[in-house]
This record gives sequence, C-alpha cells and structure tokens, in this order.
Amino acid sequence: MTEATRDAFSQALDRRTIRGRSLYVDAWHRLLKNKAAVAALIVLATMIVLVGVGPMLSDWDHEIPDWDHYSTPPSLETGHLFGTDALGRDLFVRTMIGGRISLLVGLVATLVSLVIGVSYGAVAGFFGGRVDNIMMRFVDGIYAMPFMFFVIVLMVVFGRNIFLIFVAIGAVNWLDMARIVRGQTLSLKNKDFVEAARACGGTEMQIIRRHIIPNLLGVVIVYVTLTIPQVILVESFLSFLGLGVQEPLTSWGALVNEGAQELETAPWSLLFPASFLAATLFAFNFLGDGLRDALDPKDRP
Amino acid sequence: MRGWLVSVLLVLLVACNGDRQGSEEPAPSRLAQPVALETDEHGRPLPRVLAETQVLYRGNAEEPQTLDPHLAEGVPSANILRDLFEGLTTTAPGGRIVGGAAVHWDISRDGLTYTFYLDPDGRWSNGDPVTAQDFVWSWRRVVDPQTGAAYGRMLAPVVNAGEVFAGRLPPEELGVTALNPTTFQVRLDDPTSYFLGLLTHPTTFPVHRESLEVHGSAHVRPGNLVSNGAYQLTDWQVRSRIELTKNPHFRIADQVIIERVVFYPFEDENTEFNRFRAGDLHWTYQVPSGQFRWLERNMSDALMVAPWFGTYFFSFNLTREPFRDNLELRRALNLAIDREIMTERVSRFGEIPTFNLIPPGLPDYEPPEPDYASWTQEEREAEARRLYLQAGYSESEPLTVELRYNTSENHRKIAVAMAAMWKDVLGVRTRMVNEEFRVFLQNRAQRRVTQVFRAGWIGDYQDAFTFLELFHSEHGRNDAGYDNPRYDRLLEQIASERIPSRRRNLMVEAERILLADQVVLPVFIYVSKRLVDPRLKGWEENIMDQHLTRHMFLLRERSAGVSPREDASE
Amino acid sequence: MLKYSLKRLASAIPTLFLLITFAFFMIRIAPGGPFDSERALPPEIEANLAAKYHLDEHLVIQYGRYLWNIARLDFGPSFHYLDWSVNDLILQGAPVSFTLGLLALALALAIGIPIGAWAAFRQNRAADYSVMSLAMVGISIPNFVMAPLLILLFAITLGWLPAGGWEFSPARMVLPVITLALPMIAYIARITRGSMIEVLHASFIRTARAKGMPSRNILFSHALKPALLPVISYLGPAAAAILTGSVVVERIFTIPGIGSYFVQGALNRDYTLVMGVVILYGMLIILFNFLVDLVYAWLDPRIRYDEQEA
Repeated sequence: MTEATRDAFSQALDRRTIRGRSLYVDAWHRLLKNKAAVAALIVLATMIVLVGVGPMLSDWDHEIPDWDHYSTPPSLETGHLFGTDALGRDLFVRTMIGGRISLLVGLVATLVSLVIGVSYGAVAGFFGGRVDNIMMRFVDGIYAMPFMFFVIVLMVVFGRNIFLIFVAIGAVNWLDMARIVRGQTLSLKNKDFVEAARACGGTEMQIIRRHIIPNLLGVVIVYVTLTIPQVILVESFLSFLGLGVQEPLTSWGALVNEGAQELETAPWSLLFPASFLAATLFAFNFLGDGLRDALDPKDRP
Repeated sequence: MRGWLVSVLLVLLVACNGDRQGSEEPAPSRLAQPVALETDEHGRPLPRVLAETQVLYRGNAEEPQTLDPHLAEGVPSANILRDLFEGLTTTAPGGRIVGGAAVHWDISRDGLTYTFYLDPDGRWSNGDPVTAQDFVWSWRRVVDPQTGAAYGRMLAPVVNAGEVFAGRLPPEELGVTALNPTTFQVRLDDPTSYFLGLLTHPTTFPVHRESLEVHGSAHVRPGNLVSNGAYQLTDWQVRSRIELTKNPHFRIADQVIIERVVFYPFEDENTEFNRFRAGDLHWTYQVPSGQFRWLERNMSDALMVAPWFGTYFFSFNLTREPFRDNLELRRALNLAIDREIMTERVSRFGEIPTFNLIPPGLPDYEPPEPDYASWTQEEREAEARRLYLQAGYSESEPLTVELRYNTSENHRKIAVAMAAMWKDVLGVRTRMVNEEFRVFLQNRAQRRVTQVFRAGWIGDYQDAFTFLELFHSEHGRNDAGYDNPRYDRLLEQIASERIPSRRRNLMVEAERILLADQVVLPVFIYVSKRLVDPRLKGWEENIMDQHLTRHMFLLRERSAGVSPREDASE
Repeated sequence: MLKYSLKRLASAIPTLFLLITFAFFMIRIAPGGPFDSERALPPEIEANLAAKYHLDEHLVIQYGRYLWNIARLDFGPSFHYLDWSVNDLILQGAPVSFTLGLLALALALAIGIPIGAWAAFRQNRAADYSVMSLAMVGISIPNFVMAPLLILLFAITLGWLPAGGWEFSPARMVLPVITLALPMIAYIARITRGSMIEVLHASFIRTARAKGMPSRNILFSHALKPALLPVISYLGPAAAAILTGSVVVERIFTIPGIGSYFVQGALNRDYTLVMGVVILYGMLIILFNFLVDLVYAWLDPRIRYDEQEA
C-alpha cells in the first residue's frame, strides 16, 4: 500500500514546485478553493475535537460493562447513544477512545518514519556517489521484504505496547520517504541557491539543514497526510489478526473488527466505528490530494 | 463525500437486513427438513429414507498439521484420523467404548495384561490383513524417540514405554507382543482403568509398515496412504479440502453408509457459518461467538450444544508475587467472579458454571464441590472482600494484577469481564495482556512474568486423571508451578491403585486438595457447539465430542421424491 | 538493452542476499519455537525434533545450511505442515494466488484507468468528486469489513454467489477478486487522475487542442501513454503484493493461497515456510521493478538505459 503514496507524491515532486515562502501562501489559497479539501479539513478538525472531548460528554466509561444492556442498539433511554458492544460497554465512548488511539498511532508512526526517512534520504541524496549507492542498495534490500512480515514479527516481539509497535512500524515505513527525499535532494543540490550557499562558505550540514530540508517541506506535507491513513489501516489490519491495542483500550480498527464479527446481530457495532474510520481516512486522502494539487501551480485551470 | 454516503447506505442495508431477521417473529428456517427416520430390526435406516447421494461435507477448524496418526495432535487432525484409521477399540455414537480392530479382549486379574483378539476380517485399504504384528510395529514406532510422536505419552502405561521414550532402552523392549497374527498382548506397569479409552486416540492407531518404508515421510499423501479404517484418503488440497472415500476392504464396509466425506479447513468461524448457511456444509466445527441468540431464533433445528470434557479456567503463578503463599488473595479473586454472568452474558452458549476443575459426566467420578459453590453470589462476594482485606489489600491500597490470555475473541471477552468483576467487587486494578499464542505459551512455561493466566484443558482420555496429572510438580504443563508433595504422592497412588472405588476416592481427594489450595480459578465447563444439517442422522452427543462419519447417514429431504408413507402403502 | 538487463540481474543478487539474511535473523528473534504446543512435549522428544530439523545447531551454521539449500532451490521441510515441504506448499498455493491476483489486477486496471482519466477531464467538478469518492471507498473501508459485507449481500441475502471456498469454479472467484481489486481500483484511479491532469496541461496537448483536435482523439493518441507512466511504476510493487495473496481474503473466503503463509508462517514459527514466501515476494518485487523499467523505456523514448552510467 505504500507504493501508492510514493507515486502520489512523486508526481508532486516531478513538478519541481518548491520556491520560497510565497509558494506556501499561494498553495494555501489554492487549497481553500478546493471544496473537497476544505470539507476534509473540517471533517478532520471536527473529528479531533470529538475524540478529544467526546468521552467526557457521556455518563459511561469505556471499560465498565453494563451487564443489563449488552449488545443493545443505540437508545436515548439507556444513554448508550451508539449502543453497546457484546460486553455491554458503551460504544459511543469506545468509539471516541478508539479514535484517540487510531489518530495517535497514525501520527506517531508517521512522524517516526518522517524523521528517519527525511534524514536518510537527504544524506544519501546530498552526498551522492558511493555513499548514495550503498545507502540505496540497503533500502532496496529492505524494500523487497513484505511489509506485513515485518509488522507481524515486530508485533510478536513488542506485543505488549502499542506505541512501541508503531514506533517500530514507523521505523520500517520510512523507505518511501527516503527514496523520494533522496531524489528531490539530488536535483536540489545542483540548484543555484545551493551553489550560492556553498560559495558563501556554508558547511554541508548547514546546507542540508537550512536549504535542502526546508525545500522538501511540500513533499513532506503531502507524504504525511497520505501516510497517516495508511498507518491507521495497518493498525486495523493488526486488530483483525487480534494483535492490536491491549484491552480495555481500543482503536477504530479493533472496534470495526469486533463489529464485523456481529455484522448481522449487532449492525450498530460496525456502523458507528466504521463510519468514523472511513470518514477520517476519506478526509486524509482528500486533503492529501488537495495539497498535492495546491502545491502544483501548473494545475491551475 | 458521496463515497462515505455509499458506505453508510451499504451498512444500513445490511443493518435493515439484520433487523428483519432479528425481529420478534421466529423466521422460518431455510434448512431442508428430512423425512422421518425409519429403521429395520437392527436399528439401521431403511434404504428408502436415505438420500441418494451420501456425501458428507464437514467443517473442520484449521488445516491439520499432519495426517500421520503418530505425529498428529489437535482435534482437527483427530477428526479425520478417526475416519481413516481404527484403533483396537473405537467409540459408538454415544461415546461408549466398543471393539474396533479388536473384537474382544481379556484383561488379566491383576489388570496388568491385556490380550486383544483382532477381527480376522480386518483389512488395510490395499487389501492386506491387519495383523497383531502391525500393532507391535506401530506402537514401537510411537515410543521410539526418533519418531518425535507428539502424544507418545499416551502409551506411557505400557511396560518400558518411559525408558524407550527417554532413549534408555531400544523400542523392541516395549511391553507388547504378537502372540499370533490375530492376537496382540500388552503388558502394563500399573493397572490403568482408562486404558481401553486410550486406544481410541490416534496415537495408538496402527500404520501400514510397508507403505511407510517405501514412501517415507510422504506416506500420508493421497495414493500413498494405506489406512485400516472405514475410509481412505483420496484427495488432499492443502488448506482447501481433504476428501475421504469409503474403504471397500474395511472389515464392516457394508455398514458404512456415507460414501464420501469432505473435510474443509476454516481459519475463521464466521466463514464456516456463512458456508453452512449457503448450504455448502452439513456439519460445522464450531459456531461464531456472539451469534447464539440469532441462532437460537433462526436455526434452532441445526444448533447442537452439548457438554464437553473440558474446563475453562485460569491459573495463578504460585512461584511469584503476589500469589505466592497468598491463599486468601487467590480465593478472593476466585469468589469475586460471577459465573452466571460469565456463562449467560459473556460466553452465552450454554456453558456450565463451575467451581471444579474436572467436568461432570464421567461414569465413575463425582467432582467434590467446594462449600462456596452452594452460596449465593452475594455471600461469595462478601467473603471475597473479607479475604481481600485479610490478604493485605484494600480500596486505598488495591491489588494491581496482570491478566494474561492468548489472542482470541472469546478469551478477550472473558478477560474483560473478569477484570470488570474484580474491579467492581474488590477494586482490583487489572492490566490485560493479550499475547500471541507462542509467546503466551513460552511465558506460561517460564513462570517469570505471569501472574494470572488463561488456561483450559480438554481431556485427552475419559478419566479424571487427564486433568489431575497436569498439576504434578514435574508435569511439563504445570505452569502454575504447583508443588505439593502430598498431591504428588496421591497421584502416584492413583496410578497404581487397582480397586476402582478406592481409586475414585483418591482422585476426589486430589481434586479437593487442588481446589483447597486454589491453584486454579475455574470458570465454566466447555460445551461443544456446532450446526448440523437436520438431514444428517446417526450421530449422538457425547462428552468426548467424537463423531465418526461411519455411523452417520443422510436422510432424504421431506419434499423430494415420494414420501416414504406412500411408498410403504404400496 | 541486453547489457542493461544483465547488469540489473546481477545487482539483484546482493539485494536478495540482504533480504534473506535480514528475514532469517528477524524471524528467529521472535520468542517461542515451531514445536511449542499447549500439550507440552517431553524434553527428550523436543530435543529429537530439534536435532531432526537442525534447530539445535548454532544459528550461524543453520544460516549457512539454509543458504546452501536455497542455492539448490530447496526451501526445506515445513515445520508446521509436517507432511509437506515448503516447495510443495508454495507450488500448491501460488497458482491460486496468481490466478486471483491477475484477475484482480486486470479488473483494477480496466476500471481504475478509465475512471481516473474521466475524473481528470472533469477536474474539480461534480463528476470528479463523485468518481474519486466512490473510488476511495476502496481505500477507506478495510477489506475485512468489505469482504463480510459482500458475502452477506451477495451470498447470504441474495444468494447469487458462493460464500467462499476454492474448487476452481469461476463463481467462487467473483467476490474475492472484487475484494482484492477495490483498493487497487482506488489507487490506480487516483494516480491516473493525477498524471492525466498533469499531461493535459502539458504544452503538446495544448498545441493539439489549439489545433482543434477533438478531446477523444487527444486522450487516446497523445495523453494516455504518458499519463500511464506513473501507473506502470505503481504496478511494479503492487503486482508483486497482489500476486502473493492476501491473508484477509484467504481467511474470509477460505482460499488456499500463499498470502496466509506470511502471517501464519510467522505466527507458527514455521521458519522455512515464512522464509519461502518472503523470498518469493522479494524475487517478484525485483522482477517487476525490472519489468517496469523496461516498459518505461518502451513507452517513453527519452529513456535509454544503456547510455546511462548508473
């Protein structure tokens, strides 16, 4: 699934868009004209507020079963707005708590992969030559390994702590980022302004930090918005295998998986978490596409 | 946003569908209904009530690891092996132990020598006669340490089995002899009252020496496998299907009605359920958890639930804090669990609440109920609170405990419910740890990080000893780390006791000690639960949950063809 | 071209070696072993089994033995499915996964490219939004939800299609193929849309338009080929992934492919089996990436590999 993102934003790159600050202001304006992207931003903001304060709005707790109302449909009388799960736990609160975990997990893993990927790619691209060759061969080797195999083994080894796992997932997921950043850096480093910095006596690390990395920002933003939904999906896949977050915590993936087991008998237990999950993934994907379009001036009709 | 809408619509569609089928009116079952069963004087079905094609489709949990009866373990492979092979004894539909490859046997007065007289009509699927020598050779193979038989200790009661297993004696020293081609004699170290029952276990089945020597480890492939049971292996697509066809040389082949049986492996219980509903299966291995109410309402004529010879329990790690030398705490946690809620609202399939380790239903064993079993739950909880305080914990200084279970939807639900009950009654803080199976097993065996962990046991043979032996201080699965010399001594006495009533009393005493020491926290007795096509007959519930295909047959559908009554009037 | 191909092939060997080494040691880090079971084995038997499968040797010696065996294309016995070798299992499962994967791939291309191109033509209009939203259902609903929904709808409620199983009947393939194809349709549509938009703004298209060429002609004669380049490079790794099966689809539809072995092999600590599929996947990735480069050269005359120094 990561290949798709790589391409999605490698297109953004091919357009060689990055030129100074005004570009980002421009891009922001263009983004605001894109209805789908604006809708996505609103959805995401709402989602974050909801999962943040939602659990406080309910009388129920995410871990205490209500033994008198297990597997009950949504109802105002019982106070279970989204119904209850098979153990009588309130699904509204669990959906909100699950959202916190899913979003956090997506962010953590993405940030880890970002940090590793950007530094690795920038270094390889900037130094080029043999260093680049060896570093990229290594990436190729790992790239040829199925991502799921990695994830399962990491899961088995670090099974106790979900965040550790997602740090680990991030640590595996940086390959795309590294490749893209490397390519971008390769083309950037011969640009005039880098030459100028070099002529002014900037050290190599300074140049990477001050000139190369800021110019990668556009790519990175697109990358982040498209990687978060993927990581959330990876987490849901792990929940499908039963290797997700530990009870009594939950995640959208775990809730959706539980709901899918009782598709017919308790459809609400799938409907609510699945809607939240799908809406979030939708929003991230549309935002990512919108950002990519916005960062490319040629797309103006 | 339209896509979101579509997904919601899709789910709503399904939801409405669910509502429709979940409405108060009982929906008519869509299953085909059979004609009434009519039998002849031997209790066998009359040909006119039988369906024309006698092909049975059975769901069977995961793909078997192997079909070599000596290497196999686990229920899915045993289900297939019991159709392919036949041991000296076998089970009748109701679970009673009856003659198999051996038609009758003598037991010496001291209970130490068993002489089996083989059915002279016994044949392998290639026509070779089944001989006593086959059994001698097969049993030697089982105990040969080179074989690596997973269940080799099933033959442990036989003279020298332990020594051979440990590599200190050659397999030829095993206490079995072929007196003549149809007479097989076994000598035992101790009178083992359940020995005949052990012989229905696949590990004691004979294998065909010649094909094993020719094909080596490929001897279980279709075309290579020679078996002595009612069926032979005709097709095996890994993780897709295993097909058995009637063995024409089987000693009583004329009594086998099902011509062909196909076993389908399922990695997901919902998939199996869907396949049953789609009419692809006659028999499922299990039913999805959480569907009980739906099934009761919509498929009550297919849902079969029966007590099973297994107990779902948790164990305490007795070698570490906080449970080491803390009987009060263990007892408090045990009493705080409301087993009625556990079975009626969590597991929900008619499991039987229990405070005992050993399931009821054994012909010669009555589990000793502890006194608190007859209390009300309120009384138990009050006592639990008292013991909790006595153990040195309180609301302000609560116990923090780790509850460990392996990845599974059912285990998860039960652990969540347990943690909630402990919190509710005692204020205990529980950290739930869901571990992948092999990590879980290793942690259990090492006893370093475990505190309370899921355990559970399905008896290997029909005797209380299969549960009691788990807690011998040197048993390989004694993950609780229970070490009570008195208990060990009792087990040794049970093993050598010849008089049934005294043996029974010793076993009751052993279970009583185990419960008094609160080594385990029993929750419920397992039930076997499955969906069975109403047309499939000839099988009966039994606590070992063994169902041989050769006893079964498919009835004609009620609507199909002439009704038998009209037929009879002609 | 030939020189370039040989060079690429040679460079695949160290990549594969790196992959094997990494995977071999990684799976051994996981706690527990292949012969652990709830019924504890006596230590003597455990020792015998370990010796039989050479698990008692030093890890480095095992590694050397493993390399030697795969050099002879022998992936060893499975540690879980005791009656089969890894070669047997892969030879039985791979055709199943390949069949489903190829069908899903074809379906995804047949739907994804046209709707992506159409969306590009109608950029930022209702048609664009609705097509892309529809496509994104494929990415936003996890396949383990989509599969049961499809089964409930088409197999149980409507009774049109089988609920699963694999006995080489075309009807049984429909739902699994759809489940596999849905996310891919979304990705392909999205990539096609993006690259098509870019191509449509390129000067040669504008020229063609200015000359009054009809849109349809522009699309087929000029725009489609360059717009497909990013789809091709997406297809390299994506094809390798879809041809090696999906554990979710296999589990829910009971399909005996090799996708489950990535997960079950690791969970059962079936070291040889999981290594077998990992190596197969690696080889496919390398092969498809190579093919992608060749197709690129064929589609885009500006690329000539032999002249490049790297």
